[in-house]
Amino acid sequence: MVAARSDGGPADRGEVGRHPLRNLWRLRHYLRPHAAQFGWLMLAGLAATGAGIAVPLVAQQVVDGPVARRDLAGLYQLAGLALLVGLVEALLIFIRRWVQSSSSVAMEAAIRDDVYAHLQRLPASFHDRWPSGQLLSRITSDLSVLRRFLSFGLLFLVLNLATYLVVVVLLIRLHPVLGLLVAASAAPLFLIARRFGRHYHTASRRMQDQQGDVATLVEETAQGLRTMKAYGRGPQLTDRFVAGTRALHDIGVDKGRLLARTSARLDLVPNLTLGIVLVAGTAAVADGRLTVGQLVAFVSLQLMLIWPVQSLGWIIANGQEAATAADRIQEVLDSSPAIVDASHAVALPRCAVRGRLRFEGVTFRYPGTAEPVLRGIDLTVEPGETIAVVGATGSGKSTLLSLVPRLHDVGAGRLTLDGHDLRDLRLASLRRLVAMAFEEPTLFSMSVWENLTLGRPDAGEDEVRAALELARAEFAYDLPWGLRTRLGEQGLSLSGGQRQRLALARAVLVRPAVLVLDDPLSALDVHTEAAVESALKGVLRDMTALLVAHRPSTIGLADRVALLEGGRITAVGPHAELLATVPGYRTLLTAEPPSAPPPRTPAGPPSSERPVEPASDGCPLVRS
Amino acid sequence: MTAAAAPPPARRPPDQPGAEPCWRGVASDPHADRSLAEDTSPEAVARLRAHSRALLADVLRPHRRRLGAAVALLLAQNAAAMSGPYLVMLGIDRAIGPLRAGRPGPLVAVAVSFAAATGIEYAARRGFLTLSARIGQAVLLDLRQRVYAHFLRLPVAFHERYTSGRMISRLTSDIESIAELADGGVEGLVMAVLTIVSVAGILLWLDLPLAAVTLLAFPLLFWLSRWFARASTAAYRRTREAMALVIVHFVESMRGIRAVQTYRRQARNQEIFASVNDDYRRSSRHAFRLIATYSPGIKLIGNVTVAVVLCYGGARVMDGHIEVGVLAAFLLYLRRFFDPMQELSQFYNSLQSATAALEKLAGVLDERPEVAEPAHPVPLPRRPAGRPGEATGGAGDGPAGGAGGGATGGAVTFRAVSFGYRPDAPILTGLDLTIPAGQTVALIGPTGAGKSTVAKLLARFYDPLAGTVTLDGVDLRQVADAELRRAVVLVTQETHLFGGTVAENIRFGRPDADDAAVTAAARAIGAHDFIAALPDGYATEVRRRGGRLSAGQRQLVAFARAFLADPAVLILDEATSSLDVPTERLVQHALGTILRDRTAVVIAHRLSTVEIADRVLVLDGGRIVEDGPPAELIADGGRYAALHHQWRLGIHVPGPGPVPTIDG
Ligand SMILES: Nc1ncnc2c1ncn2[C@@H]1O[C@H](COP(=O)(O)OP(=O)(O)OP(=O)(O)O)[C@@H](O)[C@H]1O
Ligand SMILES: Nc1ncnc2c1ncn2[C@@H]1O[C@H](COP(=O)(O)OP(=O)(O)OP(=O)(O)O)[C@@H](O)[C@H]1O
Ligand SMILES: [Mg+2]
Ligand SMILES: [Mg+2]
Repeated sequence: MVAARSDGGPADRGEVGRHPLRNLWRLRHYLRPHAAQFGWLMLAGLAATGAGIAVPLVAQQVVDGPVARRDLAGLYQLAGLALLVGLVEALLIFIRRWVQSSSSVAMEAAIRDDVYAHLQRLPASFHDRWPSGQLLSRITSDLSVLRRFLSFGLLFLVLNLATYLVVVVLLIRLHPVLGLLVAASAAPLFLIARRFGRHYHTASRRMQDQQGDVATLVEETAQGLRTMKAYGRGPQLTDRFVAGTRALHDIGVDKGRLLARTSARLDLVPNLTLGIVLVAGTAAVADGRLTVGQLVAFVSLQLMLIWPVQSLGWIIANGQEAATAADRIQEVLDSSPAIVDASHAVALPRCAVRGRLRFEGVTFRYPGTAEPVLRGIDLTVEPGETIAVVGATGSGKSTLLSLVPRLHDVGAGRLTLDGHDLRDLRLASLRRLVAMAFEEPTLFSMSVWENLTLGRPDAGEDEVRAALELARAEFAYDLPWGLRTRLGEQGLSLSGGQRQRLALARAVLVRPAVLVLDDPLSALDVHTEAAVESALKGVLRDMTALLVAHRPSTIGLADRVALLEGGRITAVGPHAELLATVPGYRTLLTAEPPSAPPPRTPAGPPSSERPVEPASDGCPLVRS
Repeated sequence: MTAAAAPPPARRPPDQPGAEPCWRGVASDPHADRSLAEDTSPEAVARLRAHSRALLADVLRPHRRRLGAAVALLLAQNAAAMSGPYLVMLGIDRAIGPLRAGRPGPLVAVAVSFAAATGIEYAARRGFLTLSARIGQAVLLDLRQRVYAHFLRLPVAFHERYTSGRMISRLTSDIESIAELADGGVEGLVMAVLTIVSVAGILLWLDLPLAAVTLLAFPLLFWLSRWFARASTAAYRRTREAMALVIVHFVESMRGIRAVQTYRRQARNQEIFASVNDDYRRSSRHAFRLIATYSPGIKLIGNVTVAVVLCYGGARVMDGHIEVGVLAAFLLYLRRFFDPMQELSQFYNSLQSATAALEKLAGVLDERPEVAEPAHPVPLPRRPAGRPGEATGGAGDGPAGGAGGGATGGAVTFRAVSFGYRPDAPILTGLDLTIPAGQTVALIGPTGAGKSTVAKLLARFYDPLAGTVTLDGVDLRQVADAELRRAVVLVTQETHLFGGTVAENIRFGRPDADDAAVTAAARAIGAHDFIAALPDGYATEVRRRGGRLSAGQRQLVAFARAFLADPAVLILDEATSSLDVPTERLVQHALGTILRDRTAVVIAHRLSTVEIADRVLVLDGGRIVEDGPPAELIADGGRYAALHHQWRLGIHVPGPGPVPTIDG
């Protein structure tokens, strides 16, 4: 029950594509600002390893030299040297780790910023398809895997390879035949490692995907918590979560088993080689082709290989996980934002816009569905006019509205504002001209002020007050900290009607050229609705507006009504006229069969006790 | 509107830009940012730390045996690994001579032993790694499930201040930082302790005075470790909290992406994200710098000790106190003594990071649900003949009988109920209300009056501050949760669908319902047609929060879900607000049948919905101001009459049903 696995969402997962490391490599430009640091880090790492080897050598020197010769001064000298080397070693380690700590987290943060920026650019259709837990896990777990690789895996890969090479060269110099034998043991190591890498890649992909799924489950639980409580469905959700985490557990155990097997196998190689060296070496010593001292030196050098080989499994695992993480991050970065500025896009200044909005043969189909929702919409909203879009549940009203701020792009046909195709306008400019109140008031857990000024960060206090008054949302001043009060998540610390009024105030505050309102008064009681309506009327006079309405009372706001049926606008006209002449319209608004008598009350603005307030009064003219 | 006793700072101009978290606003709850147990006072911190340790012990306890086995395997592996060099020595000392003499026996013996040791090492290592992965994963599974289950138990009020982002971060990123410990923790710890203890023994045995000099390093090590422990605990705690903020902001802005894009909020969001992200970067850099100091610090102490031992030992050799060989051995072992210290420092670091995360989890688990399950639940009284009206109708095409609160009556009483989300802002003040079983009540009132609050109290999302809410005479606080949920279902004002298919979402109302029952429920409220028209019918994925459906379609599905649940008390909070009029009529028609045999509280601004009610309650200013059958209230000319009048004007057309002609 986790994710919609269709139409090109995160569905195409696991598809490794070309080279498994390709995506990791593509992230290299994040390393570039730290390239020098990274160089130092490698050097310090190598030097520290060298110093680490030197300390026991010095100790050996001491034992063989001054101590044997009873040379106290020499002893102190060499001990001083050992101290120095030891200090240098610690210092180098310190430098390496210190440098590492800033560069690796800086890279992590840089990638996270970029992914976030990209996600904000990606259109609504992308976010519809991708469960947000999947996105979340990419900017958290995957990034920390990458960070670990950059700060440890990569370094140890290099250090261990270097150690391995140096030791093997030394071994070959010590005894060519046995040395080559040891060198040859790299072949099985390589084979085992390669095989492991392949298997582990799949496993870690499954793991990281599953982590995303579990994150999705958790997020969904958090969001649906009230519904869960209302039905007492904790056990069902728990079952779902248990299934998800159990899968995670199983994959984790599989991964562990794979790593255990490989690790043990990798370990086997140097041990077996050591055994062969032991037998062959002993035989050679017996034959007199090798001295005991040489054999001892050889073996003790060879023992230095065990740690690099032992850690190989871990390093490869880390590398594979990093590669997977890079894949998953690139998947997001590679999805190109479908709705972007065209190269020739222009910005329209607010003052130059009259606000003639025209749908010309607009069709729209949601990605992954067969049937278009809109099949040739023709509709013109004249400057300053308000049109109500009316249609049955699921007829495509919200879809139609979402085309105006280009949350989706039209399939065929075009949508123009003052004759400019919307796609020829800069997105920022278009969205400056258009403000929208959504069906579900989308509020954030930020201050009321911040929520209100979402589209107008520069709004002054008077304007905010005017917008709040217009939407009858003065209650905001009575919140514990006034407009500074932080709203609960999704505005859930407010009542339904309060949320809706804030969202309305937010849209109005923008003072857009085109105001788009999706069923903006559905959660208001009739008195408040009437009050808001009469105030809105004043504002709508000098704005082009498109609004969705289910209730005749809301339709009273509109100059004309457009009936949306079967993906087309089948009738446009004043409410009263449609009510009288279009049976479908009448049915839709009254649920009465078409034959019923016409309404008794004349169509007109719903009367209200409140005088129509010139709500636009305090608002200064919009600067652009 | 609520008569909120506005505290002084209200009506203040908005915050000044510049103050760092100004965009977040001021939380009305001082505990907004943390669970209660995450207090920052020293005692609270100490308590939490103790609890996190206890939690760790608790999740490890079931695995004691496996842990023992893992340690044994690790010891076996090490013994086998250690025997390698020893066998080499044996080979050199004992096999060369006989081999020269033409007797390969000893060499063969050594070779065979070596092979055996290698085999053991392979098996033990493999076994150990597998086993420790199993233990680690099992512990993580356990932790995840415990915390998740506890989150579900915690009341709505907790989640309101904790926020979903934090909950997500606890269950994902925090758990993952514990996983890092699980990955290599056991091995690091056991190996390090093992080596240090055994080597210390050998050192003492080799030469006491030299060992004493070595032991001088211990106070230093101890002091350094204590510094690190203190500093890193604080640092990792900050890291976890910073990560939680990143997640909170991320989740919320992705959820509201449409508004973000429409209102060109991207730049500001990016700024905010960059700042929380940078906080995280700085806090984790700080944590990494601590280990970057600690680990070489240990190294430094080790190296200095080696140099000192070299001097002192050399002098002792010259004085003839010890042999050269002893000094050589001592130096070799000294190295093996300090090397694992590095491992230990790594392990200690992961432990610190994991503990910080564990503390957060322990903080959640410590949280006592304020709306708690009763310790001694009182069963709801059973009615011998089922609900009133059960026999007469309703069962027609509905989910007949059902698992619902079949035998519960459903009489609801609010007795002097006072409630407010904040103590200083009462929403309900001494509300008294009795709804007999089987009655359909419409609850209306201006927006913000507290209608949803009444509904939420009845569904026991919250407990009243004073007074009681009872169901069939039993205080809701004494009803077992499962029983309460069977009896009372609330369709919340915010429609929420889970990801998954339409059928799964409807079945959420009654998990054991078969497909036929699901379809019947959808049919009954008129949702079948649109569902059948979806590409995959009932198997269509509705996606995150039902985004695949239109708002009205979501409401219909939620309605079908409630219908399928078949409770004794059904609360509908604006459940039809997004429907078109004909669909709404269909639903109302269905409601006429559905609600006949059960108690219902219907909250609606569209008074057409109210017409099916037996009784109308008008809520204002925290109390019921009008109460009576709709027709009567209209005739009385009070508030309801005014509302109704306004509404009739609004719709321009006569509504259905026997409505007195008050308009015109
Ligand atoms: N993301 C989506 N993917 C595929 N289909 C969708 C998506 N969103 C909506 N639809 C479908 O498109 C149709 C139109 O949906 P839309 O939300 O525009 O309806 P609406 O007219 O606003 O209805 P309502 O009055 O219920 O809000 C519906 O049938 C719905 O199922
Ligand atoms: N979770 C909450 N935390 C704090 N205050 C809340 C919370 N929920 C509601 N309120 C406040 O309590 C009051 C009553 O809210 P409630 O949701 O009960 O109103 P309502 O009558 O349902 O209104 P509407 O018709 O708009 O849905 C409002 O002032 C609201 O701001
Ligand atoms: Mg809609
Ligand atoms: Mg409400």
